[in-house]
Amino acid sequence: MADVHDNGFRPGRTLRLRVEFTRQLRRRRTQLAAVVLLVLPVVIAVAFRVSSPSGSSGGGTRSGGGSGSALVTLATTGATNFALFTEFASAGFLLVVIVALFCGDTVASEASWSSLRYLLAIPVPRSRLLRQKLTVGLTLSVGANVLLPAWSFLVGGAFFGWAPGRSPLGGTFTIGVALQRLLVVVAYASVQALVVAALAFLLSVVTDAPLGAVGGATMLVVVSNILDSISALDPYRQYLPTHFQYSWLDALGPTIVWDDMMRGTGAALVYAAVFFAAAWWAFQRKDVVS
Amino acid sequence: MRRLGRRRRWALVALGAVAVAGAAVAITVPRSPTVVTRDEMVAGTPESGAPVELDTTVYLPARTPAPAVLLAHGFGGSKTDLAPEARSLAEHGYVVLTYTARGFGRSGGLIHLDAPAYEVADAKDLVSYLATLPEVRTDAAGDPRVGVAGSSYGGALALLLGADDPRVDAIGADITWSDLTQALFPNGAVTGGAVTSGAVTSGVFKKMWASELFASASPSGSSTSSASASAAHAGPCGRFAPDLCAGYQQAAQTGEPGPDLVALLRASSPAGVLGRITAPTLLSEGEDDSLFTLSQADENAAGIAAHGTPVRVVWRAGGHDGGTSTADLVTSLEGWFDPVLLHGTRPTGSFAVTVPGTGISAATGRAVAQTLEAADGYPSSRTVHVPVAGQPQTVQAPAGGSPAAISSVPGVGGLLAAAASTGVPSGLSAVPGQVARFASAPLPTAVLVAGASTISLDVTASGSSDATLFAAVHVVGAGGTDSLPAGLVSPIHLVGLTPGVPRTVTIRLPAVVSNVAAGDRLVVEIGTTDLAYALPTTPRAYTIALTDGVLSVATVDGRILRGGHPWTWLIVGLAAIAALVVGLAAASAGRRRRRSVVTELGTVPVAVDALVKEYGDGYRAVDGVTFRVEAGQVVGLLGPNGAGKTTTLRVLMGLIRPTSGTVRVFGELVEAGAPVLSRIGSFIEGPGLLPHLSGRDNLRLYWAATGRPSTDSELDTALEIAGLGGSVDRLVKTYSQGMRQRLAIAQAMLGLPELLVLDEPTNGLDPLQIAEMREVLRRYAATGRTVVVSSHLLAEVEQTCTHVVVMHKGRLVAVGSVAEIAAAGRMQLAVDDPDHAVAILAAAGVAAQAVPARRSLEDIFIEMVGEDRD
Repeated sequence: MADVHDNGFRPGRTLRLRVEFTRQLRRRRTQLAAVVLLVLPVVIAVAFRVSSPSGSSGGGTRSGGGSGSALVTLATTGATNFALFTEFASAGFLLVVIVALFCGDTVASEASWSSLRYLLAIPVPRSRLLRQKLTVGLTLSVGANVLLPAWSFLVGGAFFGWAPGRSPLGGTFTIGVALQRLLVVVAYASVQALVVAALAFLLSVVTDAPLGAVGGATMLVVVSNILDSISALDPYRQYLPTHFQYSWLDALGPTIVWDDMMRGTGAALVYAAVFFAAAWWAFQRKDVVS
Repeated sequence: MRRLGRRRRWALVALGAVAVAGAAVAITVPRSPTVVTRDEMVAGTPESGAPVELDTTVYLPARTPAPAVLLAHGFGGSKTDLAPEARSLAEHGYVVLTYTARGFGRSGGLIHLDAPAYEVADAKDLVSYLATLPEVRTDAAGDPRVGVAGSSYGGALALLLGADDPRVDAIGADITWSDLTQALFPNGAVTGGAVTSGAVTSGVFKKMWASELFASASPSGSSTSSASASAAHAGPCGRFAPDLCAGYQQAAQTGEPGPDLVALLRASSPAGVLGRITAPTLLSEGEDDSLFTLSQADENAAGIAAHGTPVRVVWRAGGHDGGTSTADLVTSLEGWFDPVLLHGTRPTGSFAVTVPGTGISAATGRAVAQTLEAADGYPSSRTVHVPVAGQPQTVQAPAGGSPAAISSVPGVGGLLAAAASTGVPSGLSAVPGQVARFASAPLPTAVLVAGASTISLDVTASGSSDATLFAAVHVVGAGGTDSLPAGLVSPIHLVGLTPGVPRTVTIRLPAVVSNVAAGDRLVVEIGTTDLAYALPTTPRAYTIALTDGVLSVATVDGRILRGGHPWTWLIVGLAAIAALVVGLAAASAGRRRRRSVVTELGTVPVAVDALVKEYGDGYRAVDGVTFRVEAGQVVGLLGPNGAGKTTTLRVLMGLIRPTSGTVRVFGELVEAGAPVLSRIGSFIEGPGLLPHLSGRDNLRLYWAATGRPSTDSELDTALEIAGLGGSVDRLVKTYSQGMRQRLAIAQAMLGLPELLVLDEPTNGLDPLQIAEMREVLRRYAATGRTVVVSSHLLAEVEQTCTHVVVMHKGRLVAVGSVAEIAAAGRMQLAVDDPDHAVAILAAAGVAAQAVPARRSLEDIFIEMVGEDRD
């Protein structure tokens, strides 16, 4: 190949990850997402701290009345529980939107800037373009999924101390075990986010509107959650992409119950594989006219 | 038009998705199959010579004949309570018969508390009645295929009927009693070697529950009964049978059951007839139940299983103190009845325990129960020995039994337990001076307490020969939280004590299910009072000491019930990802192998051959175009808007796929990602820049994205061409249209490519800039490189280009050098009298036509495309 093209071009060296990272990291939306993730735990911690003097007795009655989650009542126990609480509070929507943003905006925004055709004219091979874009998008997504609990752990430690984690099911974890459990939680949540990432990526490839891709993927989660709440759908509910979204809660008991996490992982991988395959198939055949 | 079409397609896709979701709901939400109901009064067993009619409803399924299920209601209820269960069983395919028991609602007769001569006889009459219904499948004449089920009062009836009537094929008894005497006068003291027989009496009267039940069936309690019925049975006994009523009133006053009452209760208890039950039996008992504890199910199960009858025991959430989900009950009932009644098979025994607080609800984040299928079946005799310690303690029983500890209140015990389990100290149960506590060390591992634990105590009474005590096991968390599982205490009644002399007693603590975490402690508490029980009125003191300090904790071993095989999910998921990776790798390898190079064309920058591009809506943007661009030429691609110029250039850049025909660049076929594209610099349809970066960073990153050596970029040359001056370091989003245009053209020139393709480069430029642009292109071409410029501005093309390709409506109109095209194949001859000249030429045999003199390419162009311009 080199003898045919003596201008130094190698398809394998186009759009290297460092370049794509630079392109994405210098974007305002990436920086904004990072700021939100950094500020949120602090805001939550301050809120708990402000309300705790009057809320320490109120917390007990609230749980006695049966409302609120077991993780809320334990949130101020220490670093681990605070991190678990922020993860629980964010996993349903905030992290979904951020993952959808990183993976849904990546190709569509190039199309909307018209820079996509210039990347293809370099030429960055289409398959490689998707691979590099996806690698960066997924890395940023995992980064967000790790950053939030990790930062929450530090913020929680600073605000509420480094007491051993307490399981909502009773019992305590040492810091070491707690970190292991937190790792399982983050890993599982990241795998679950793969569904959103894959759909967002597919939409990103087929539409030129970044908002459409991000919104479409978010809508999938919302619709799936609504359908998941209809118990009459029962034998089929478990196949919904978000059905096992919170199965990482099974990692918080005295022993980790892997059953649902295995199911959730399997379902997420199947959905992701289908969406990614569709994305590749569509992009290979796409006429880039924008 | 195209845009609209695409939008419409998206709308259709969205609509389709909604329709599919709707269809899924419509299919899976069971549309109630037609269940027909029929009310009828059926003759029961006559009472005191008078006929008794029972109020019944039959639920008929869509397909008959079908097996039948006889459903019996709870105490104080009526057949209408069972309507949801009956309907869902009928939808499942059973003929369901519900009825109001005698003494309740519109049925006649008096309440005999499931007496064999009355309520059980009634149920036998109903089985015979079922056999007469044509809709019911029969095993033999007069023997219907029937299962009988009920909760509480109805559950005991199911067991008693099953023992009495061999026609019953399956039994489901929920939250019911085994021995009514034990249930209402419980005694947790086990008759052990150290205790002489007769020292343990019937137990401590469960007065709150007893009065609650009595009130619920009295005239004021049964408001549904007809006016005449309540008038007929007005009085302190309501519709209770007189013998039963008298027995209760006597016990309520003394706290001891009289012999008549004991005889009545024994007769109404399944405990005595368990050996006669041969139908497979499902026993479920509630974990939140201070009326009929798990031990009652234990005794029933042991008695029935002893004769080889299959028994499934389920310790379920809820009970008399907690809620019960109809759906859960029906599901578990169907799971037990279906094999027997529908398929005629005989199930094997099993044991499932619902363990509270072993999972966290994904929806709410709250702790929820999960069901555990016991590994070693039932009964589980596993125990864990936990040492407990504590000095002998003296506890006081106050005169009159007040103040008393509150452990559970009929019907709301579960609420107190729920409050306690979430960390509220169970302060209600602790009255100072009344409780002896013996605590274990923090448990090294988690323990699942499931069943009745036992402990031995030395009890010394002072000032009395009998003792009434209440034993319980509390779970004390590391943080000091104290909870009493299910709010249950075990009453102990000892008689024949010698004051001052200790007696060793083995005590059965309340049967509970509780997951105790590692680090928590188990605390055995022995109290002297409990509000729910009849207490001695004289003041006493007892000294309580541990005998051996060993708490035998009942436990089960099993796995959390989650049906299916989770591994298959994971394997399918991993297989899908593997397939994806393999597929992508194969596809890209295939593409790489497909490269096609024609070496003869190696020096020809562009060779377009029979190019056709038809868009999805059938519009032919390019229709059979063939031309070549030779090295060193500056070729103008000329044509009005919509002529197909941009489409041709998009194919040239590999952005869109031609419908047919080829474009070759330096001999290599152009397709998406063809490496030869790296030899082209392009500017197509306006700039594509990253708005959040400066002009310089845009160019730098673009070159970095090509992966080629940065020394080859000729960045300075390109920037000079762009002529942006100091603005190159400003963000692109602040640029004017012209600045972006020039930056984009500079981007196209990065690395000084051999072929430069510019689509409408002068759009948005002012005349001065256009002139500069012309100069740039001319200089670029002077280096021997090739330039293709598309434009609809003819003057520009004429002044810049050496060659012209004219397109119109997707077709090629003319190709050639500017000079050739301008000459258009004809010579011009100026004459002063055109008509005369034509005549002369015609006479000389030369065909001639008078045309206006033309000087510019513009005129040629207009002539070429003009006739069909619209």
